[in-house]
Amino acid sequence: MGIDNIWVFAEAADGAPTSATLELLTKARGLGTVSAFVVGDGESIAAALGEYGAAKVYSTGDLAGNLPGAAGAAAMQAVIDGGDTPDLIMFPQNYSGRDVMSRLSVKLDKTVLTNNTDVAVDGDAVKVTTPIFGGEKLVTTTFTAGGPYLAAFRPKSFEPAAGDAGAGEVVSAPVPELGATGGAKVTAVHVEETLGPKLDEAAVVVSGGRGLGEADKFDMIEQLAKLLKGAPGASRAIVDAGWVPYSMQVGQTGKVVKPSVYIAAGISGATQHMVGMKGSKNIIAINKDQEAPIFGVADLGIVGDVHKVMPKLIEALSSRAG
Amino acid sequence: MNVIVCVKQIPDPAQPGELDPSDNTLKREGKLILDESDSYGVEMALQLVDTAGGGEVSIVSMAPNGEVSGMRTALAMGAAKGVLVSDPELAGSDALTTAKVLAAAAQKLGEADLIIAGTESSDGYTGTVPEQMAEVMGLPSITFAKSVTIDGGTVKVNRQTEAGYDEVECPTPAVVSVTAGVVEPRYPSFKGIMAAKSKPVDTVTAADLGVTAVGWSGAGQQIVDVAQAPAREAGEVVEDDGEAHLKIIEFLEGLKVI
Repeated sequence: MGIDNIWVFAEAADGAPTSATLELLTKARGLGTVSAFVVGDGESIAAALGEYGAAKVYSTGDLAGNLPGAAGAAAMQAVIDGGDTPDLIMFPQNYSGRDVMSRLSVKLDKTVLTNNTDVAVDGDAVKVTTPIFGGEKLVTTTFTAGGPYLAAFRPKSFEPAAGDAGAGEVVSAPVPELGATGGAKVTAVHVEETLGPKLDEAAVVVSGGRGLGEADKFDMIEQLAKLLKGAPGASRAIVDAGWVPYSMQVGQTGKVVKPSVYIAAGISGATQHMVGMKGSKNIIAINKDQEAPIFGVADLGIVGDVHKVMPKLIEALSSRAG
Repeated sequence: MNVIVCVKQIPDPAQPGELDPSDNTLKREGKLILDESDSYGVEMALQLVDTAGGGEVSIVSMAPNGEVSGMRTALAMGAAKGVLVSDPELAGSDALTTAKVLAAAAQKLGEADLIIAGTESSDGYTGTVPEQMAEVMGLPSITFAKSVTIDGGTVKVNRQTEAGYDEVECPTPAVVSVTAGVVEPRYPSFKGIMAAKSKPVDTVTAADLGVTAVGWSGAGQQIVDVAQAPAREAGEVVEDDGEAHLKIIEFLEGLKVI
């Protein structure tokens, strides 16, 4: 039979498909025939999804306040029950992707493989690759029961590239009656305004960690990021400590970043953090402890006190800018 | 109000992780500890019960070797009792099986208003179990909660999103997964640690709960290869002599960032 029919869980932000969606479509069209599944309005982004390889665009339409997990899984199952059975469904490793995939796995009684960074088709088998221990080892896992295979991929695992196809054909995939599982409703949406480039899109990311000593000192990170037209980021330690919001967290449970330059100030380099920034093209680390694991991946490591190095760096860059 | 918290007992994350070469599972030798991610769930549950002015917090955990040291930490924090699903047959179980087992263990504890879990464990970090449990139990769920309150029969959550957060509410009973940092977990007091020793932990097998096809036989996945990732070369490391910032500027100039 082989693997041919592949679905990609597709999402929109600001009226366009997210970069994670385009990455997955690009990868999927190299593996087989691709359909995009939009848990929400698919009509408005069908052209863009088609351009990246989706021949068909399933669309549930507006969710009317339902969270995507139960709604998306029920809509997917209805299409599968209707006869279109995918061999593989690719999800982004994010809030909605994980929730839909988890619910669907129970409905289909299929295992899920998350945190992947690559996928390959080998005859009837699908093999996914997952970095573990902070990316030190790569584990390849295959599914042993029949499809549909459910796999989630970390953002920035693949390079998005447009293909040459036209708009995808939109197919309605309404959300069936959810019963008790559909009880969760969104009552208000809050957007946290950020100045400058987005953390996961910035060419330069400056991150701070526990070595800054106190919350006030995060100001240095923001100043340096601004001078370099970059985005500020943070280690989990200072997010947990409440110094900065979770949206700034770089790492396994935060954002994966791959900027041209990553500057880690006062970050020792816990596994959790390394997973999120190791793919950066150039890494600069400033840390007091010369044994800090971050120096093992840094192109330029400064063994020194962030409270001495950072102010001088900021001052020197400010005078150049001025 | 009764709250059930799912807790995982994991190897100390301060120790470097290692795979067992015979079956490629994570080595779980030595003492296991309460996953820090779950300590937030335990604290959240204790606070919700306190606010409600009555009821108790119970915990469920799954471990292949009868391990309870992590559960004792949760009991020492203030949880009243626990169910441990311990069964050699569980070794090698995937996330879906884990969810089925934990759902059955939670149901064994009886009616709860809320089931709380961490968003993902610190060792396996699959991150699907809370939502899978909700589906197994036919319950609504809200994942990635940064704050949780209960108002009568309604749970209200600020849920993390890509752009900020959503206010979400749903009727109880429900499953909620909480992010790290949602509350400040308390340290167990000496009194709490002593009391935890005598709190009831009911140890059952997967078969006792009616969940079959667990462990390797039930898992729909198989590891076929473990390889060393290409190492990233460490570059130049310099000691700050008061002029290290110039080194950084030179490096940035070389990349044409400035």
